[in-house]
Amino acid sequence: MKILVCISNVPDTTTKISFSSDNKEFNKAGVQYIINPYDELALTKALELNEAAGGGTVTAIHVGQVDAEPNLRKALAVGADDAVRIDTAPVDGFFVASEIAHFAKDKGFDLILCGRESIDYNGGMVAGMLGELLDWPSVNVITSITTSGGEAHLERDIDGGREVLKAKLPFVGSCQKELTEPRIPNMRGIMMARSKPLLVLPAATNTAHTQVATYAAPAPKAGCKFLEPSQVEELVQLLHTEAKVI
Amino acid sequence: MAVVVFAENNAGSFKKASFEIVSYAAAIARMMGTSVTAVVLGSMEDAVASELGTYGAAKVVKAADASLDTFESHAHAKALAEVAKSEGAKVVVLANTYAGKALAPRLSVKLSAALASGAVALPEINGSFTVLRSVFSNKGFANIQLDTDVKIVSLTPNSYKVVAEGSAAPVENRSLGISAVDFKSTSVEVKTVTGKIPLTEAELVVSAGRGMKGPENWHMIEEMATILGAATACSKPVSDMHWRTHDEHVGQTGITIKPNLYIAIGISGAIQHLAGVSGSKVIVAINTDKEAPFFKIADYGIVGDAFEVLPKLNEALSKFKAAN
Ligand SMILES: Cc1cc2nc3c(=O)[nH]c(=O)nc-3n(C[C@H](O)[C@H](O)[C@H](O)COP(=O)(O)OP(=O)(O)OC[C@H]3O[C@@H](n4cnc5c(N)ncnc54)[C@H](O)[C@@H]3O)c2cc1C
Repeated sequence: MKILVCISNVPDTTTKISFSSDNKEFNKAGVQYIINPYDELALTKALELNEAAGGGTVTAIHVGQVDAEPNLRKALAVGADDAVRIDTAPVDGFFVASEIAHFAKDKGFDLILCGRESIDYNGGMVAGMLGELLDWPSVNVITSITTSGGEAHLERDIDGGREVLKAKLPFVGSCQKELTEPRIPNMRGIMMARSKPLLVLPAATNTAHTQVATYAAPAPKAGCKFLEPSQVEELVQLLHTEAKVI
Repeated sequence: MAVVVFAENNAGSFKKASFEIVSYAAAIARMMGTSVTAVVLGSMEDAVASELGTYGAAKVVKAADASLDTFESHAHAKALAEVAKSEGAKVVVLANTYAGKALAPRLSVKLSAALASGAVALPEINGSFTVLRSVFSNKGFANIQLDTDVKIVSLTPNSYKVVAEGSAAPVENRSLGISAVDFKSTSVEVKTVTGKIPLTEAELVVSAGRGMKGPENWHMIEEMATILGAATACSKPVSDMHWRTHDEHVGQTGITIKPNLYIAIGISGAIQHLAGVSGSKVIVAINTDKEAPFFKIADYGIVGDAFEVLPKLNEALSKFKAAN
């Protein structure tokens, strides 16, 4: 199969998040960037699907600036055949989905996989928007996928349970934990990645629907009220009368 | 002009998240000087649908097509877009559930409408339209400005109080132009977890980590959840080791939740875990280690051994529940 995997470049999960003093910008200084963990699942699953099918290609695409290239090289080291970077500063989910749709529309992909959401802006909207822009089906939060005869058998999370479903290729899937375990690049992969193609293309659509007006840090906590292990009845009373949650 | 709200049909009834978003939509409609049209798709008694009036819907548009009983994002998006257009929707409100997350982006493209997903407060409307949503997996918030004529907001469950002060709304039964070709995926089987409160909607959550030592000890966690009517959750290593199923994993790479009460037992409070739960209104931490980072964001803490504290705490909770 010919599979496109969408890669987002996000702050490492240990990052302490802070904003500029006017609350207009996220402080990027000193922040390490990683491949969005859900996108790692998408990449690994794309490789597994092609291994099961006995062939195919995996292209990794990123909409963003040059500083994301180390993570695109990492995607190549994990096993993607080639990578594409749309050279622009993404503004929102619609902006990213539009660029990817523009790139993908006439390339004959069988499947596009994204992460469930990026762990920075948490929009969870690229997969659905891409599907709608391409007029393809989209299936969210998939936890299992196999393909045969132009059709995919899937499982996905739904509110209060799981759904087993079928969808015809091509479609867009968003990947959820449990789909697979992310692959880690090995030495050979890292060497090979250096000579794999990384194509840089200009932005084609450049349209956003939203902008961040301001950021805000979470309200600081008042501090923890400590109780002794023997004071369980007091705890229950505090939860009832003071916190009013039970 | 109207505010259109999509009230999810859960086998003929509504969940609390639907009442929250209708109340939320009603508040937006008041700001804009307009009214709320609620949309119900799939089979439901008119009397049940009309209940949305209590929460602020001026009318309910219902498409009782039985093919819409099982959620399918393409068919549902098409149906909802049709109603939004016919009602002249300026704002469309959904719940940020799995169904809402599948629907909202497709609807956003169909209506050329900006989408704010995971909103946590009412929008501010004065010339511009901005709404607060959590970003960086709850480590921060962003006021998002929506720059299109039509706007879509999906509200994080448990972010807005249900307001029940209206009366039953008229129900208008409509047939929408949905046919077999609008269904792009085929549901084979729906496996609902029964007897368990879905974590994403729970107001009370009892969660445990590696400090519980092994899955055989989870009966104490389940007991507490049963007493409280709470959902159960766990840390990532716990689901990675298959002590618990992955749908209980909360945190930056799991589920983000915002319950009224989160009880964390034997969880250290790593930054990735806290990211998913720090939006909880009240946090209780029980941990043997007084330096555990969880105590930094907890409201109440017990430094102690879960194996000693839990039996006593469960007893105290049972007594409290019996008396209240
Ligand atoms: C990319 C990435 C993403 C991640 N995403 C997540 C995520 O989404 N969610 C998540 O949870 N983690 C996540 N993690 C893992 C996270 O860093 C922590 O390792 C994890 O949260 C620790 O789980 P824990 O608190 O259960 O275990 P531990 O850190 O081992 O803590 C166990 C705690 O139990 C206490 N304890 C031990 N015995 C007892 C007892 N008898 N009674 C009471 N307390 C006791 C200990 O004092 C300790 O504080 C992620 C990590 C990475 C690298």
